[in-house]
Amino acid sequence: MAKLKDLALREERLIGGHRLCPGCGHSIAVRQILSTVENPVVIANATGCFEVCTTIFPYSAWKTPWIHSAFENAAATASGIEAMYRSLKRQGKINPEKETKFMAIGGDGGTYDIGLQSLSGAMERGHNMVYVCSDNEAYMNTGGQRSSATPYGAYTTTTPVGKIKKGKQQFRKDLTQIMVSHNIPYIAQASPARWKDLTNKASKAFDVEGPAFLNILSVCPTDWKIVPSMGLRITQIAHDTCFWPLYEVENGRYKINYKPKNKLPIEEWLKPQGRFKHLLRPENKDMVATLQEEVDRRWAELNRLATYEPPNT
Amino acid sequence: MSKRVVMTGNETVAEAVRQINPDVVAAYPITPSTAVVEYISQYVADGLIDTEFVTAESEHSALSACIGAAAGGGRVMNATSAQGLALMWEMLYIASAMRLPMILAVVNRALSGPINIHGDHSDTMGARDCGWIQLYSENCQEVYDNMLQAVRISEHIDVRTPVIVALDGFITSHAIDTLETERDEDVKRFIGDYITLNSILDTKNVVTYGAIDFQDYYFEHKRQQLEGLHKSAEIIKSVGEEFGRTFGREYGFFEGYKLDDAEYAIVAMNSAAGTIKTVIDDLREEGVKAGLLKLRVFRPFPAAEIAEALKTMKVVAILDRTSTAGAQGGPLFSEIRSALYSESSRPGIVNYIYGLGGKDLTPEHIRYVYDTLRRIDRTGKIDRLVDYLNLREEGGQD
Repeated sequence: MAKLKDLALREERLIGGHRLCPGCGHSIAVRQILSTVENPVVIANATGCFEVCTTIFPYSAWKTPWIHSAFENAAATASGIEAMYRSLKRQGKINPEKETKFMAIGGDGGTYDIGLQSLSGAMERGHNMVYVCSDNEAYMNTGGQRSSATPYGAYTTTTPVGKIKKGKQQFRKDLTQIMVSHNIPYIAQASPARWKDLTNKASKAFDVEGPAFLNILSVCPTDWKIVPSMGLRITQIAHDTCFWPLYEVENGRYKINYKPKNKLPIEEWLKPQGRFKHLLRPENKDMVATLQEEVDRRWAELNRLATYEPPNT
Repeated sequence: MSKRVVMTGNETVAEAVRQINPDVVAAYPITPSTAVVEYISQYVADGLIDTEFVTAESEHSALSACIGAAAGGGRVMNATSAQGLALMWEMLYIASAMRLPMILAVVNRALSGPINIHGDHSDTMGARDCGWIQLYSENCQEVYDNMLQAVRISEHIDVRTPVIVALDGFITSHAIDTLETERDEDVKRFIGDYITLNSILDTKNVVTYGAIDFQDYYFEHKRQQLEGLHKSAEIIKSVGEEFGRTFGREYGFFEGYKLDDAEYAIVAMNSAAGTIKTVIDDLREEGVKAGLLKLRVFRPFPAAEIAEALKTMKVVAILDRTSTAGAQGGPLFSEIRSALYSESSRPGIVNYIYGLGGKDLTPEHIRYVYDTLRRIDRTGKIDRLVDYLNLREEGGQD
């Protein structure tokens, strides 16, 4: 595994001057991910904050080949690029010195929701690419509307806190498990709060033959309604409460990468974030209990899966 | 050396694809173009072509993959129909705005609803403003020839714009037709090598594709794209002439059938032209100066050339195989009527909507149209500016 100072010396492929908000998790995560790979990387980016803020014409923050075509199709676009690469290489029309790597990036909107079909198709076809979901738990590029990754109880502009309904009424979709069901070689959940874990996983994802999927919890200071400098500390609480467990599934084998010594109650995750403020009022205690129950249930299920030994390993 | 062969339209598309040997095909099967995808799959399975075939999970993804692949700097092809083209709609505009060469064979089929699988032009006509070049084909020969020319047109340095090659669902796609095909090596020589520009796979000269263009650049970039599409007209013309010199079958923007001295003309696209030509032959024997303008290039629209060809006619009928809801007639009618506006002497002009959802167009219907044109000429009176052919309802001609 690379040392931090080595990673820091790698040439930046996403440079400064972009318009992401201070403290945004996307650029932190993607810089960490790209620092792990020495090969050239071609990126297909779905519509979203990350795309808009890094490529306002006539500027581009990308020092690596990059394409955006639409919202729901980063995986399909990347699969076309990767297919062309394989075709030209096989025919001897290109002779790259180093293997080119392919990466698709989408937010939770472009991945959990509108781009789920395109992602599923590309993973099933087995394209050699790393799909990175930079999940900030709502449609932040349009001002914070709910997605299927938005946590239960969270305020968004389409799950407002009203007299009857208090934030989002549904639990979040477990996309990582959906990706596990695709039986692709490598799947992981991570966050930029634990850089060592994330870079290790990114490195594995780029190394496997075939598709890999990284689901990254990416803090949005603006719509989580937090102090920008607190972003990664708050993200760490998501791991300590087991709201966002760090784990990987390598060829069907689960491994939990971080087990908090002292599992914190879910309130610790809710407290610093303005989007959950209403949940801490005494009358909404039940909702907190409901959320805690679901977090515990999923954590227990993950622990059960982690004990599973796949045959012939 | 050409070879006389017997093929269906779908097989013809696939045969052209085999000879063109694209680097990537990304497609999703849909009736009536399914067989194209099946033939290509077999070619890949048999190692007859070097193509990577991306079996996309939808047409939206198929075209998205084509966009990624074309940005990767190689030849890219795709085939679809109706709902498939409709699902691609978002990406059609993006492909042309990125100036990515590629060929999309569209086997024309009626758009739902109601659901229908048979041929009309509502699919490609719905995509008429998406910035793609559109070539229409009367029969298998034209399908084949258009496919080969489309490569040269699309990839030309002054064009770099995707091309749709359209053929009628079932009538052309499934019927067996005779045509002349060329030898593989002659096709290869005619289409030439692909010229790679700004490849996203070039990791040394790094490019950003699809940056966001706000109010300060969008309009200027869009204008460049529109100019580029208009300029493709001269390339379409020169490629059509070169094709004629090479293979003996020359192509222009349209074909005039007994048009030069005609008094009564029909304008139509795709397979209907064959039926119309038969009727013209009969009418000519009866002394009626009937003619046809069969439009091949709908985008870019050759307005001046069409106006020049039609301005001396007495009365003209435009046949649209699509309806344009809420508009003043079909799209071909609106375009041609507008093209004639600046001519000092103009023919009378009427519009017939026909063949929606695969409804038959028989010689009797064509004869009715010419009879009506002659009556309009005699009486100077147009009863219905926009009418329907073979419609089982009041107001339609049965």
